[in-house]
Amino acid sequence: MFHWLEKHPFFFAVAVFVTIAFAGLIEILPNFAQASQPVVGTKPYTTLELAGRHVYIKNSCNACHSQLVRPFKSETDRYGHYSLSGEYAYDRPFLWGSKRTGPDLMRVGNYRTTDWHENHMKDPEAVVPGSIMPAYPWLFKNTADVDTAYAEQVTVNKAFAVPYNKEIPMADGSKATVKLAATLDEAKSDALEEAKAVAADMKDQDVKDAVAAGQIPEIVALIAYLNSLK
Amino acid sequence: MENRPLEYDYTVAKMFMLTTVLLGIVGMLVGVILAWEMAFPAVNTIAGSGLAEYTNFSRLRPLHTDAVIFGFTLSGIWATWYYVGQRVLKVSMAESKFLMFLGKLHFALYLLVVVAVVVSLLLGITTSKEYAEFEWPIDIAVVVVWVIWGMSIFGLIGIRREKSLYISIWYYIATFLGIAMLYLFNNMEIPTYFASGGIGAWYHSVSMYSGTNDALVQWWYGHNAVAFGFTVPIVAMIYYFLPKESGQAVYSYKLSLLAFWGLMFVYLWAGGHHLLFSTVPDWMQTMGSVFSVVLILPSWGSAINMLLTMKGEWQQVASSPLIKFMILASTFYMFSTLEGPIQAIKSVNALAHFTDWIVGHVHDGVLGWVAFMIMAALFHMAPRVFKREIYSKSLMNTQFWIQTLGVVLYFTSMWIAGITQGMMWRAHDEFGNLAYSFIDTVAVLHPYFTIRAVGGTLYLLGMFLFAYNMYKTMTSGRRVEESELQSASPMGA
Repeated sequence: MFHWLEKHPFFFAVAVFVTIAFAGLIEILPNFAQASQPVVGTKPYTTLELAGRHVYIKNSCNACHSQLVRPFKSETDRYGHYSLSGEYAYDRPFLWGSKRTGPDLMRVGNYRTTDWHENHMKDPEAVVPGSIMPAYPWLFKNTADVDTAYAEQVTVNKAFAVPYNKEIPMADGSKATVKLAATLDEAKSDALEEAKAVAADMKDQDVKDAVAAGQIPEIVALIAYLNSLK
Repeated sequence: MENRPLEYDYTVAKMFMLTTVLLGIVGMLVGVILAWEMAFPAVNTIAGSGLAEYTNFSRLRPLHTDAVIFGFTLSGIWATWYYVGQRVLKVSMAESKFLMFLGKLHFALYLLVVVAVVVSLLLGITTSKEYAEFEWPIDIAVVVVWVIWGMSIFGLIGIRREKSLYISIWYYIATFLGIAMLYLFNNMEIPTYFASGGIGAWYHSVSMYSGTNDALVQWWYGHNAVAFGFTVPIVAMIYYFLPKESGQAVYSYKLSLLAFWGLMFVYLWAGGHHLLFSTVPDWMQTMGSVFSVVLILPSWGSAINMLLTMKGEWQQVASSPLIKFMILASTFYMFSTLEGPIQAIKSVNALAHFTDWIVGHVHDGVLGWVAFMIMAALFHMAPRVFKREIYSKSLMNTQFWIQTLGVVLYFTSMWIAGITQGMMWRAHDEFGNLAYSFIDTVAVLHPYFTIRAVGGTLYLLGMFLFAYNMYKTMTSGRRVEESELQSASPMGA
């Protein structure tokens, strides 16, 4: 059979393809629908948080920080409850990372504050002596791309029925709703309101001035995102 | 038919040889910068704080991995394809104007993609998925380039004189099909600009999969991009170049059959080992773990087949630096395909995952196996392509030892770093509290990061020697005709 295949390239290619393809089918398909169900308390991202997530991705924070708490005592002690599949239901893309040069950030919103992040991003060594993380001063200057974040919200709402403007059950029995603005302008002004709340806890005068003038620096969006990780 | 050897046309092979060397240097140079940044964070602002956005670790890291995978390795794969393909199929590119045009188009479009990738990654335009960072416009271009390569493969096969496909061709076909399938499915994404009616950045897209599913598809891709980029095509090379260079026949045809079909069947299952203790289902994790261990069989099948090909001719390893490169590559292949399965065992993975040990594993595979094999292939091709002797054999020897030392420093330091950090993360004191804060586990790594950076720098130095030797071969090596070349490559002193 093999000798015959080696003389018939088309059938050879088909045989190779079938051999390599079916493992993927068996691994990925059976669990596909179940794995994308959210757990109680998982909310989609707001416009500003999503813009912050894009800043996180733009700077490849995931190259050094994981967002996956494994079910070991040493990890739950350090980072909090281990990760559940449904908590990632609105993560497109997933940001588990593959290397922990720095600590896990899955639940960083539980134990770090806006103030901490601001100081840390400016000068990591001053906050954590011995840190090898570089400083990110440009986040204080660049403006966050709220438009693209809004475009993504609209897209996932349309294509994947991500539940914006719908009541979402929370862990304490209450309901929460995450708003999807009807227009880009509305999304921008909503994001700015959110940004003002974050900037109120910050010290950098340039950032405060920018937000007061209607601009949202990347750092503000990033901190909004990091604070949402719980 | 006339009774004279075919004149093969190496125009396209030469083009890809050039990018192999150039992008190899670029990719590894960025890697060396990254290594020094981890050892000495001040290096992050090496080009001044104004440019720090483009020189800091996180922005450069995807550029390093992609330049080595899709720059250096892919160029190497294509350089060898446009050389080996003609020879084992007994047909010249010059016989078909169409295939020649396709080959040149292949190279031109590839260059465009390379430029687009470098610019976009430096600007931070990325999907964040490892080795699949490119946004949708580049993805489309990649697919076009890939289809052109496919047409070239099957076009050349279509006009072949040798009816039976040699082992190397099996592996090239598998590379083409495997990457095509993986890349397409992992990069399923929706451009947000069009879906939202023209809002935001035109190049931005959102993944069709979310969370756990996205992770599953990504590591099914990520692991198998290693399979079909770093294993399958490199095996294609060694099956051609080692027998050619040593003048020995492949040891066992049956073993090569077993190894090929075994590798095809088993490799795809093993992707789950990247997701052990994550939120993907347990049965999938176990499957990934088990199949990773089974993977030793087909991997070692090829490696042993290659080593036994040298049976009775081991003196060549001492006398020929080219054979040295290939034998060490094969040995590193065995080594890293044993290390990988060990790391895929659940209890080992609990310790090793997220640490530098994984980084070490990747690099003993890529530096020791992939890069050594590609450079050996180019050294074998150069006299036949340029019709000149290799400029300096002693330079080759020097390069070999410098780079071998570099790899050894790299993986040993990363073993120690990874296991040390893994043990410290999980250490508890007598009261059951965590024994170390996270920063303690970073500070302790400094010496190993430094050793690794030295190892990487040595390897890069070897790359420069390689580039110099190739350049001198092209321009001032002694002229030689293919008919003078027996099996082994001619080399000057």
